Amino acid sequence: MKTGRYGVYGGQYVPETLMSALIELEETYGRIREDPEFSSRLSWYLHEYAGRETPLTFCGNLSRDLGCRVYLKREDLLHGGAHKLNNTLGQALMAKFMGKRRLIAETGAGQHGVATAIAGAALGLPVEVYMGEVDTRRQALNVFRMELLGARVIPVASGTRTLKDAINAAMRDWVANLRETHYLLGSCVGPHPFPRIVRDFQSVIGEETRRQILEREGRLPDTVVACVGGGSNAIGIFYPFVGDDVRLVGVEAGGEGLDSGRHGASLSAGSVGVFQGALSYLLQDGDGQALETHSVAAGLDHPSVGPEHAMLKDSGRVRYEAVTDAEALHAFRYLSRTEGIIPALESAHAVAYALRAADDLDKDDILVVNLSGRGDKDVADVASLHGGVA
Amino acid sequence: MSRIAGLFARKSSVFIGFTVAGDPGIEASFGVAKTMIDAGADLLEIAVPYADPVADGPVIERAHVRALRAGTTPDDVFALVRELRGYAPALPLVLFTYHNIIHRRGPDRFFSEAAAAGADGVLIVDLPVEESGEVAPYAARYGIDRIALIAPTTSPERQHAILSGASGFVYLISLEGVTGERDRLPPGIAGLVGAVREKTGLPLAVGFGVSRPEHVRTVADAGANGVIVGSALVRLIEEHAGDEAGMQDALRAAIATLRRGLVPDPEPDMPRRERVEG
Repeated sequence: MKTGRYGVYGGQYVPETLMSALIELEETYGRIREDPEFSSRLSWYLHEYAGRETPLTFCGNLSRDLGCRVYLKREDLLHGGAHKLNNTLGQALMAKFMGKRRLIAETGAGQHGVATAIAGAALGLPVEVYMGEVDTRRQALNVFRMELLGARVIPVASGTRTLKDAINAAMRDWVANLRETHYLLGSCVGPHPFPRIVRDFQSVIGEETRRQILEREGRLPDTVVACVGGGSNAIGIFYPFVGDDVRLVGVEAGGEGLDSGRHGASLSAGSVGVFQGALSYLLQDGDGQALETHSVAAGLDHPSVGPEHAMLKDSGRVRYEAVTDAEALHAFRYLSRTEGIIPALESAHAVAYALRAADDLDKDDILVVNLSGRGDKDVADVASLHGGVA
Repeated sequence: MSRIAGLFARKSSVFIGFTVAGDPGIEASFGVAKTMIDAGADLLEIAVPYADPVADGPVIERAHVRALRAGTTPDDVFALVRELRGYAPALPLVLFTYHNIIHRRGPDRFFSEAAAAGADGVLIVDLPVEESGEVAPYAARYGIDRIALIAPTTSPERQHAILSGASGFVYLISLEGVTGERDRLPPGIAGLVGAVREKTGLPLAVGFGVSRPEHVRTVADAGANGVIVGSALVRLIEEHAGDEAGMQDALRAAIATLRRGLVPDPEPDMPRRERVEG
């Protein structure tokens, strides 16, 4: 396998000007991974500041309902309300070690922007967040949160004015300012070494899950389920189980159905292409232009996916399924009522798949769902979708 | 001798114009390119419209959007190249593209169609040397020059690797950033031109940010063989939307002004076509 490749996927499809920054990042990352000072400081931030480890909650009501043993990995309880902070703390600390003096990030729904703003504030690095103009309106509350945390939000008015354009804008900023700026990419996408860095920082989810389930059940789970947009929470929980006899299922945004063309399921319905620095699966037209995507969950509304997922799909090691907006909304309400946990709409896709898959599981089977984020951010949207009645 | 090599052998100072195929419309695009040629562009870079042009600044990105809204596809780009080849048989034409356009079509088909249409070179803005093995055999098979990019941030080792696979000319990126007009060019251009000159016999052209006659002069004085102007011309297309005659006048005037920065030609006022064909 070539450097920076996952099977045939991944690589570094970027303008020449960025190559020096990617090479520097790769070298630094290789060094700090071996640096005990870095590990101990990151460990402090994760445990004392962010609230790790997160619980692996056995859900009695859900288990009775589904007829198997269901656990939720509670990334919703991490500081900031989602798994995003695992990555932003890791990369922000790395940026400090690299001597960078400024962080930039892209954000769609605002979760990664908020997590970057938190990490920047905690580590004393100024943060500028690129956000599609459409998203700044849809997610005005998160814009305010980021500003409250001291970050500057830069609306992006080009292209479709959403997440992919925010990534383009952040890459342009980085090209122009790479000596003092670290681009804190929010998912396991983009050019090498980003997919690897993000996967490594998110793998804490799977490592904890593995330890916790062994303590609790004395064996590994039968199935682990996670939602996949860019795929960072999924790769984080899957990675430590890849070598085990554990069924891994990634759940994509089926939107209004794969036949409708309005969805975000690049692995289920896309084709292989180069997008924003990496070869992976992509929702594209016949000429190679990325298509507009749709999902009720803003965090899954993206035309491509991390290259490691592309490899895991081709090898058959992970199964990728799509769940519609309607199924996700049902799961959102269902989990709220059944367990008193309001999931993020993204995470609700994983819950929805669990509801669908439960028929095939025995009562002793162990099912782990990665609850990647909490749903407070989505409550207003869901209320408006349903005329105020949940 | 290829058209590109011939041009640089003939002229010590080459003016390269850039346009996005299909901007401001598929039909109007030919008029834009023709005007640039008539006004004195020695070589044209023709961009294949792409929805996510991350190496480009806002002016050229909007041109990509206009071209895509007009429905421009790679087929239309090849048709434009064919038409231009007919209009200016000796003028070098270089396709400027993002890699997914090539990946989607398949490199064999892309390069064969490019060659059949009459393109001389292909510049893939997001395909660094590490990944260039994907296209190198096809460029060679169809006799298309692979125009390499070198940035101010490119290390000497990478310069060597990049130059070992380059042909036609080398595109030196003047600054750390995306395409777009700047008030002044960074001071390091002469250093970059000199460093690359030591490693290759290929002609060197400088682009990114070049938008004023004094920039053109700076580049020429730095010892480059050519200068590439993009955003400053593309902006005129946007400013004269809906007024084709005004747009062509503005392009002619801009190119004439910019060309004044070049090392003077022996016969500066002779119309381009006669000079190329004669």
